[in-house]
Amino acid sequence: MFFAQLRPALLHLVLLTVITGLVYPLTITLAGGVVFPREANGDPDLIGKAFDQPRYFWPRPSATSPGPYNLASSSGSNLGPLSPELQKAVAERRARLGGDAPVDLLTASGSGLDPHISPAGAYFQAGRVAAARGLAEADVRRLIGEVMEGRQWGFLGEPRVNVVHLNRRLDGQR
Amino acid sequence: MTGNDWLQFGVYFGVLLALVKPPGDYMAAVLAGRAPRPSDPGPEMAWQVYAAALLAFNCLGVAAVYGVLRLQGWLPWNPLHLPGVEPHTAWNIAVSFATNTNWQNYGGETTLSHGTQMVALTVQNFVSAASGIAVMAALARGIAARSVNALGNFWSDVYRVTLYVLLPLSVVLAIVLIGQGVVQNLDTTGPVASQVAIKQLGTNGGGFFNANSAHPFENPTPLSNFLEMLAILLIPAALCRTFGQMIGDKRQGWALLAVMVLILVPLTLVVVSAEANNMEGKEVRFGIVNSGIWAAATTAASNGSVNAMLDSFTPLGGLVPLFLMQLGEVIFGGVGSGVYGLVLFAVLAVFLAGLMVGRTPEYLGKKIEAQEMKMVSIAILIPPACVLIGTAIGVVFPMGLSGLLARGPHGFSEILYAFTSMGNNNGSAFAGYGANNPLVNVVGGLAMLFSRYWVAVPVLELAGSLAQKKVLPVGPGTLPTHTPLFVGLLAATVVIVGALAFIPALALGPIVEHLRFIAR
Repeated sequence: MFFAQLRPALLHLVLLTVITGLVYPLTITLAGGVVFPREANGDPDLIGKAFDQPRYFWPRPSATSPGPYNLASSSGSNLGPLSPELQKAVAERRARLGGDAPVDLLTASGSGLDPHISPAGAYFQAGRVAAARGLAEADVRRLIGEVMEGRQWGFLGEPRVNVVHLNRRLDGQR
Repeated sequence: MTGNDWLQFGVYFGVLLALVKPPGDYMAAVLAGRAPRPSDPGPEMAWQVYAAALLAFNCLGVAAVYGVLRLQGWLPWNPLHLPGVEPHTAWNIAVSFATNTNWQNYGGETTLSHGTQMVALTVQNFVSAASGIAVMAALARGIAARSVNALGNFWSDVYRVTLYVLLPLSVVLAIVLIGQGVVQNLDTTGPVASQVAIKQLGTNGGGFFNANSAHPFENPTPLSNFLEMLAILLIPAALCRTFGQMIGDKRQGWALLAVMVLILVPLTLVVVSAEANNMEGKEVRFGIVNSGIWAAATTAASNGSVNAMLDSFTPLGGLVPLFLMQLGEVIFGGVGSGVYGLVLFAVLAVFLAGLMVGRTPEYLGKKIEAQEMKMVSIAILIPPACVLIGTAIGVVFPMGLSGLLARGPHGFSEILYAFTSMGNNNGSAFAGYGANNPLVNVVGGLAMLFSRYWVAVPVLELAGSLAQKKVLPVGPGTLPTHTPLFVGLLAATVVIVGALAFIPALALGPIVEHLRFIAR
């Protein structure tokens, strides 16, 4: 009985492989490239970068290896809240940033590529960036306000600041 | 939870439930051969033939994926020149994708070529989902049938569900996701959107990238996240309606959906509350609330995708996803397998009620006798056995322990989570556990096979046996199975069976961790 079904099984597997494994993804690739060429090829602003100079806003910690924000190997730390390793890492980050740093600046994201920080995380760094660049802090805070994204459609997700975008604006580019 | 958290929570479940009816009715019409245009579904199959067709099709699927993985180095669309995959790893991946589990012992971007992702994995994302829906359809036909052994035609079911249900929905979702920023190309980052669409719609969950749906190229915006969350539960929820349509009593389908909602909604609130202020492993754009809903929805459904790293959740926040899987993936569950799994529990519930009042139980007009209860018992007990035996093997052998990131109770939780996920065909992970070694790959592969087919085949036997019975008229002694009373009885049966099987194991892992967490 099983062997009698192998022939239709093979026919259906081949047919459905052609349809769902070749025609479908290739058609979507073509259509995506035509309708949304920038997005289909990867909008670079979606991937965070490892800024570490005082004159730039810093992104969230990243647990990718071998270095942070490695697009070729997305990963979180996978450490739980009871992990001594994580507690040590958070303590070190807090010591570097200051005692009242918001939680997103103390913790690594799931992808290790998170381009965003919270508005609180951005305002927290405004003084340092302004001092390093010799700018008025009010101007830097105004820039944060311009770059900040609200909740999508007014209620989805969380308000956030794209660090790649913000740093590009700081350097005077659009 | 803030006001906006409640709003997102309410909108998600509200929109999901509002969308259930049209796809539910459409799928019933497709399975009956009435939509999109009338056609002949082919010769009817007895349950034995239907099961043989399912097994033959999925066997060849495993072989095809295994072959492509091993030969990857010679196949096209491989810009990084990635080599063939190790045999034990390839075995685990092949079984994982053919059984709709999508457990991943590898990082996508460092292991698989674009060609492999399309021709091997995207295909199984479709056909494993269609296979699950086919088995559910066969069970519904068995319940509706009168004194015949005819469950429909497996090939027609798989073909029609793939082409007329899964493919059109995937095309629309993939294009919308590209608009939000999900990548789709063949030379750099890969054909991601086409795979993400079906990975969510078909309760698959295997990520294109290692970080799965936390990766900005798989899930770039809050809107893409919302749509993916809807896609995760849409078909499992709509299939309740389909089931009701196919057996000719829509109220029965609504009762199953009510049980699912009744269990999922409070547990989702537990995860979201437990995760408050824990941003390790989470993305800023989603925040706590969307990470919590996602974790609960994916583990209620047998969808292995993650948008936040579960290994970094608080002990209570990690316990809920673990327990949702341990309920047997019947709260929404896999496409098709969720409904047929919950029907098994419904038969168990009428049996328990029958024992209480001393009457022969019946479900949907069919008398439930010794043979049916044997099949129900096997199908309900196999997944817990796979989980507990697999976990025991994992903790006894040094190779099982070698991949642990954490020690102590959290290390035990990591192993328990791995085998719970594979032994219930979910696929999500406490990803700190480095499970890519021969022991976990081979034992886990067997657990995935057993928990898929040692449930699906007894379900088909049950369908065949019910199909041959006469339909009993509703009498004063009939227990109605669409009432709030029965919804409560069924929900309690699911929770009690899950708790009896797993509380001892949970006590050694997440419960100990939770006590240490609140005492710290």
